[in-house]
Amino acid sequence: MLKRVHFPASLLPYLLVAPQVIITLIFFIWPASQAVYQSFLIEDAFGFSTEFVWFENFEYLLQDDHYRDSFGRTIFFSAAVAFLSMSFALILAGFADRVIRGSTTYRTLLIWPYAVAPVLAGALFLFMFNPTIGIFPYLLEMVGYDWNHYLNGRQAMFLVIIAAAWKQVAYNFLFYLAAMQSIPRSIIEAAAIDGAGPIRRFATIIFPLISPTTFFLLVINAVYAFFETFGIIHAVTQGGPANSTTTLVYKVYNDGFIGLDLGGSAAQSVILMFMVIVMTVIQFRFIEKRVQY
Amino acid sequence: MAGITLDSLTKSYGPTEVLHHIGADIEDGEFVVIVGPSGCGKSTLLRMIAGLESITSGEVFIGDKMVNGLEPADRDIAMVFQNYALYPHMTVRQNMAYGLKIRKMPKAEIDRRVQEAAEILEIAQYLDRKPRQLSGGQRQRVAMGRAIVRDPQVFLFDEPLSNLDAKLRVQMRLEIRKLQKRLGVTSIFVTHDQVEAMTLGDRLMVLNGGYVEQFGTPIELYERPASVFVAGFIGSPAMNFFRATADDLSVTLPNGAVVPTAQSARGGVICGLRPEHLVRDPSGPIEMEVELLEHLGGVTLLHGPLQGTDQQMVISLEGISEIQIGDSLRFSLPPELVHLFDAQTDRRIG
Ligand SMILES: Nc1ncnc2c1ncn2[C@@H]1O[C@H](COP(=O)(O)OP(=O)(O)OP(=O)(O)O)[C@@H](O)[C@H]1O
Ligand SMILES: [Mg+2]
Repeated sequence: MLKRVHFPASLLPYLLVAPQVIITLIFFIWPASQAVYQSFLIEDAFGFSTEFVWFENFEYLLQDDHYRDSFGRTIFFSAAVAFLSMSFALILAGFADRVIRGSTTYRTLLIWPYAVAPVLAGALFLFMFNPTIGIFPYLLEMVGYDWNHYLNGRQAMFLVIIAAAWKQVAYNFLFYLAAMQSIPRSIIEAAAIDGAGPIRRFATIIFPLISPTTFFLLVINAVYAFFETFGIIHAVTQGGPANSTTTLVYKVYNDGFIGLDLGGSAAQSVILMFMVIVMTVIQFRFIEKRVQY
Repeated sequence: MAGITLDSLTKSYGPTEVLHHIGADIEDGEFVVIVGPSGCGKSTLLRMIAGLESITSGEVFIGDKMVNGLEPADRDIAMVFQNYALYPHMTVRQNMAYGLKIRKMPKAEIDRRVQEAAEILEIAQYLDRKPRQLSGGQRQRVAMGRAIVRDPQVFLFDEPLSNLDAKLRVQMRLEIRKLQKRLGVTSIFVTHDQVEAMTLGDRLMVLNGGYVEQFGTPIELYERPASVFVAGFIGSPAMNFFRATADDLSVTLPNGAVVPTAQSARGGVICGLRPEHLVRDPSGPIEMEVELLEHLGGVTLLHGPLQGTDQQMVISLEGISEIQIGDSLRFSLPPELVHLFDAQTDRRIG
């Protein structure tokens, strides 16, 4: 029989985890519970009266065309961001994996965008694409294309997708590069001897072998595009023009703080919360199991 | 079918030269083993032949074709790696068919070749398994199978047996040997195990510190080692070496014993005596005090100092002997089995 190690009861471990617990309680659990509570209330615009209405806010949302549109838009936005940033990162990592000299510099430079705050990333793109002073509209005009994302909803969507994807490329790149570098060199060499050129090796050996990373990044990028792109959208388009870039997160803010529909906004955030939980569960299950080849 | 010619092959990593002007002619169908201690450049040499490592200077010919500028894929070679390097996401069948598919071989021909190779290697029942579902020895066979289905001009092996247990290693060694003879494909096999080298190779290239010490048949290497290094590397237990003074057809060992030789030399030399060549002889010149006995069944190893010195030596005697620890015994050997090397250059004399 194994003897259990007994530590003397002590306050120290509790003290050590206390800050984390307190932060979690104050900044996560409490607001979350408030949101859940709020989502059951209807409040008039001036805050004079509140009424407990159970699931009425949710029922209303499900019938709301704006909300459904926003849902579809968010899914499109997320898919586009994930696809763009992941495929771009994959290509960069594919090249970086082959670079031997100067690879550290190369890698470090590629990681920089990740350190840029979302709002700043947004601001950068806002300037570059500003219809009157931006460099890109200027260049586009030379080839006869009229750029104005303040008026054109498609262009606005394109712009926030690019900005959001750009910021995430660095993160994806790191994971892809690490995954590629963990493939034993000799497997790649064996494929080279078997006659596979670089592109074929990538398609038939490297890409299948890093599929666990692709799956992991898919979840991470979806979460990112769903929830962490508020700053970018706020800086670049503020959800406009005509709601064409209002994703679910932006709508929570818009309906709550601009429209002052606190109950509806809270209900939306509860739905979002539920989605994060689902995605996190998927991710954890995956991390435990790994993908089997 | 093709031979391989290495012409003054040199490899440098930055300023350090790790292989120095390697030259060799390998005949069509020959099995050559490159052997040497860790870090001597065996893998580097093999990888240069494969095209996986750039060539600093010199030339590699496969058949009559200079292949320096060719990609590995275009050299018509197959390689078996130490860690097998099987594609983990493919079945055994897909692993073996990969190279053939790339070469756009008809499906029926691919199936036929894979089936045939699998039968030769006795892995036909595993064709639909993934590599991780196989044992080390089975993976080893798959790696071999992947090489032979390609029907290349040259097989290259980089320590393919070193991850197997001792018994399996002996078995695979024999199988590789048989397979190579049957297919008649020119092969280069890298190992640091001298027994493996001796049993496998038609010829052995002994590398040391990036230099070829000797290139010859196992018997040549054993009977006429070209240097102290080769003499000490080939044969087990290793040769005993003594600093000695030569005077024409005899040498004087450090304890004054005079041993007749067949090689003629004068002055300071290194004298090498193989443990298995010394025989009991009450009037022999070499006296040893037995400090330790190892009974290996077939042979008995005697360890102890050369009488009058503190220099350890080993003697290997046939059969189970009645010798006791503490005995002082005399030995002799025929003059032609005494090896003399130049004390300055370590090279064989004469
Ligand atoms: N990329 C490299 N950069 C610098 N030096 C290297 C590099 N690769 C190998 N070397 C050096 O070249 C020499 C030969 O290496 P190599 O791998 O060929 O040895 P080896 O004979 O195969 O040894 P082992 O039996 O341990 O496999 C070693 O001294 C090693 O340090
Ligand atoms: Mg090696």
